[in-house]
Amino acid sequence: MELTLKIWRQAGPTAKGDFATYEVTDVSPDMSFLEMLDVLNERLINEGTEPIAFDSDCREGICGMCGLMISGEAHGPERTTTCQLHMRSFTSGETITIEPWRANAFPVIRDLVVDRTSFDRIIQAGGYVSVNTGAAPEAHSVPVPKEAADRAFDSAKCIGCGACVAACPNASGMLFLGAKVTHLGELPQGQPERDARVVKMLDEHDLQGFGGCTNIGECSNACPKEIPLDVISTLNADLRKAAGRSR
Amino acid sequence: MTDTLSEYFTVGDPIADTKAPDVPIEQMWTKHQFDSALVNPNNRRKLDVIIVGTGLAGASAAATMGEAGYNVKSFFYQDSARRAHSIAAQGGINAAKNYNDDGDSTYRLFYDTVKGGDYRSRESNVYRLSEVSANIIDQAVAQGVPFARDYGGLLDNRSFGGVQVARTFYAAGQTGQQLLIGAYQAMERQVAKGTVTEYSRHEMLEVIIVDDVARGIIARDMVTGEIETHLADVVVLASGGYGNVFFLSTNAMGCNVTAAWRAHRKGAYFANPCYTQIHPTCIPVSGDHQSKLTLMSESLRNDGRIWVPKNAEDCEKDPREIPEEDRDYYLERIYPAFGNLVPRDIASRQAKNMCDEGRGVGPKVGDFRRGVYLDFASAIERLGRPAIEAKYGNLFDMYSRITGEDPYQVPMRIYPAVHYTMGGLWVDYDLQTSVKGLYSIGESNFSDHGANRLGASSLMQCLADGYFVLPNTVRDYLAKAPFEKISEDHPAVVAAKNSVTERIDALLSINGERSVDSFHRELGNIMWEYCGMERTDEGLRKAIDLIRSLKDEFWRNVRVLGAADTLNQSLEKAGRVADFFELGELMCIDALHRRESCGGHFRAESVTEDGEALRHDDEFAYVAAWGFGGEDGAPVLHKEDLNYKFIELKQRSYK
Repeated sequence: MELTLKIWRQAGPTAKGDFATYEVTDVSPDMSFLEMLDVLNERLINEGTEPIAFDSDCREGICGMCGLMISGEAHGPERTTTCQLHMRSFTSGETITIEPWRANAFPVIRDLVVDRTSFDRIIQAGGYVSVNTGAAPEAHSVPVPKEAADRAFDSAKCIGCGACVAACPNASGMLFLGAKVTHLGELPQGQPERDARVVKMLDEHDLQGFGGCTNIGECSNACPKEIPLDVISTLNADLRKAAGRSR
Repeated sequence: MTDTLSEYFTVGDPIADTKAPDVPIEQMWTKHQFDSALVNPNNRRKLDVIIVGTGLAGASAAATMGEAGYNVKSFFYQDSARRAHSIAAQGGINAAKNYNDDGDSTYRLFYDTVKGGDYRSRESNVYRLSEVSANIIDQAVAQGVPFARDYGGLLDNRSFGGVQVARTFYAAGQTGQQLLIGAYQAMERQVAKGTVTEYSRHEMLEVIIVDDVARGIIARDMVTGEIETHLADVVVLASGGYGNVFFLSTNAMGCNVTAAWRAHRKGAYFANPCYTQIHPTCIPVSGDHQSKLTLMSESLRNDGRIWVPKNAEDCEKDPREIPEEDRDYYLERIYPAFGNLVPRDIASRQAKNMCDEGRGVGPKVGDFRRGVYLDFASAIERLGRPAIEAKYGNLFDMYSRITGEDPYQVPMRIYPAVHYTMGGLWVDYDLQTSVKGLYSIGESNFSDHGANRLGASSLMQCLADGYFVLPNTVRDYLAKAPFEKISEDHPAVVAAKNSVTERIDALLSINGERSVDSFHRELGNIMWEYCGMERTDEGLRKAIDLIRSLKDEFWRNVRVLGAADTLNQSLEKAGRVADFFELGELMCIDALHRRESCGGHFRAESVTEDGEALRHDDEFAYVAAWGFGGEDGAPVLHKEDLNYKFIELKQRSYK
């Protein structure tokens, strides 16, 4: 395959960025998208040009480290992570635009690498169950209905990649937040802190510069782990209940 | 040692781990905890603990030490602690809960683990691991880890290789992710409380050792390039394994040996480096561009049947057109008691044997077809497609995304790949390395798996170390505090910092012709070819020569572009690959000296009559702990004898 790549290059957080154009040939359809960039980087190094910085780690779709806007879509045309997107999803002769995640809460560090530590700060605000090591009761002392466990798991699949934010016109992090609130809210272990959790996490979300949710649904469409949109309904319901109880 | 090996290493004093009390094995851990000194809660916040890595071991240790009130600094190279490679573990975590009443017990988990490790692990450590395993499940459930449950609301279990009970707890094929998120959340809770400080996108590049005691680290801020000094009262390495020395492996791209290797060069012994686990169920290589290999959970072997065609001429056929009588279900044939659930080393070796016989399937890579079928047709027929989807759906999706084939219709193709490294920093019963004040937990130490790791045991060991073992052993050391204050201009600190800067400058100034990756790939090929699934005396000697000359070329001819004071991924890789050269050489020396086959170390010269691995307990029932021999010196072998008091040493059999 032969492709034209328009890639965002930015030397540092405060540097002015711009697109650079690269022609690549000999792309195999079996390559992952990131392997295609590896091959391009090899060539750039040989030519004496600094390689393109991009994030990746596990390359098996679970660590959440990779993330690119590919021709305007978070993680590209398939519903998966960038590392699991393969070149067979493209056609020879195509022009592909590659950009970093776009959101104020995810500032660019270099080229395609962004800072997502704002997600960690949302978790720090309450995305956990408060239990010290050694304080846990016997695991079978609290049965969890299978349906609840399954829904908790489906929400807990979130990998924190940030595609939801990048895909959202408002750059809202509500799908990420809703997934955590739903995961812990479905389980008996998550009940004692349920009200406080949603309020504190949402306050932190706003403080970090994420936008508000206007129910557009792009987040869920872009989510490589198929976190359903209804986690945001759960989030809103939890918020209403929490507000009601605190009155 | 015979003269032909003496050019590769020297033999030093034997070592012994004398920390475990001399009482019956069931009482050791309880007694040891009681005997360990305590640290008053008010004094804990005055003590600084550095933990490198935030995988299951590092994150759980950071959370637990933070909860206890210590002042923890956590370092990791990813942008978020949640991304450590433990997240990719799929299948499950073992625990001796005996929820199924199928005969499990602490002792049986202990027994299975020692046997699975081919009698090359330390009894005291393994027993403790089994003992605390049940608490891990309790802890994870309390944190909200959504394990699979049955309709009664209780936890579900499945079985893994090398085991005849169902003791594996799981969360679909994403158990590692769920457990890591649990540990990460517990750690983030401590960040909010101020007991844990995170240093994201930081790489540890040197240990600071003052008067033979570890007192801190030198780290590079990977965004600004700043070289930072961090002093502490104790340093804990939870920095994972070194499988990426092979370039192609199931490890994340960033996994590296630098933290452990830098510690080794400062005096920490590196134990059993040749023990590499080759995982039997990975997606085969598709071409030269390949950056990594993807593992398919071992749990698939519960329902998938492994086979190759009986006749080599059928290998090109569509597998669905090969009738039952022309298929060789070789694991079921050779190992009727364990069948498809034999341990990983055996399943891997037999897959290689089938391909070497010319009965491999899939596209040719070089002259060989490197693949065997993992077939779910009979399971789908027996249980129905929805049941298979519920159990393995995400794995099937992943397979079809990578290969473009539908495993519900066509059998999966799998082949062994480098996975886990059982070797690592030598530690005693307290998980302290041979350097005082320097501890190592999880995959970065050597301690619990012997020569081969059972499936679903890595998560167990990492969390056992992080939640329960380290926090209880390190306090005995910290109770001796306060330690003398060290200033940043102490000569040892300055020297450590200077050596880091000089190394970075050296890498940037070579300005040669080859990229870091090209060297890494070449090193990986050497390691796979000569120190992979099968090792020979001749091959290992050749590998050592090849590695030495490649390392030499690296330092003359590598091209690292860009600057030190910015995000520079080539520079990061260069430093890691430089360490992989040194480690790779030591792995080959270790493999060369161990003239026996055991677990993940298969010496072609040491086999039984029917081709199985043959151990030599009379000569090699020891841990090989290697001391750094200096810049141009040979490594020094320290032996720790393994004494089996509670389990009888015998040849492993899964037939």
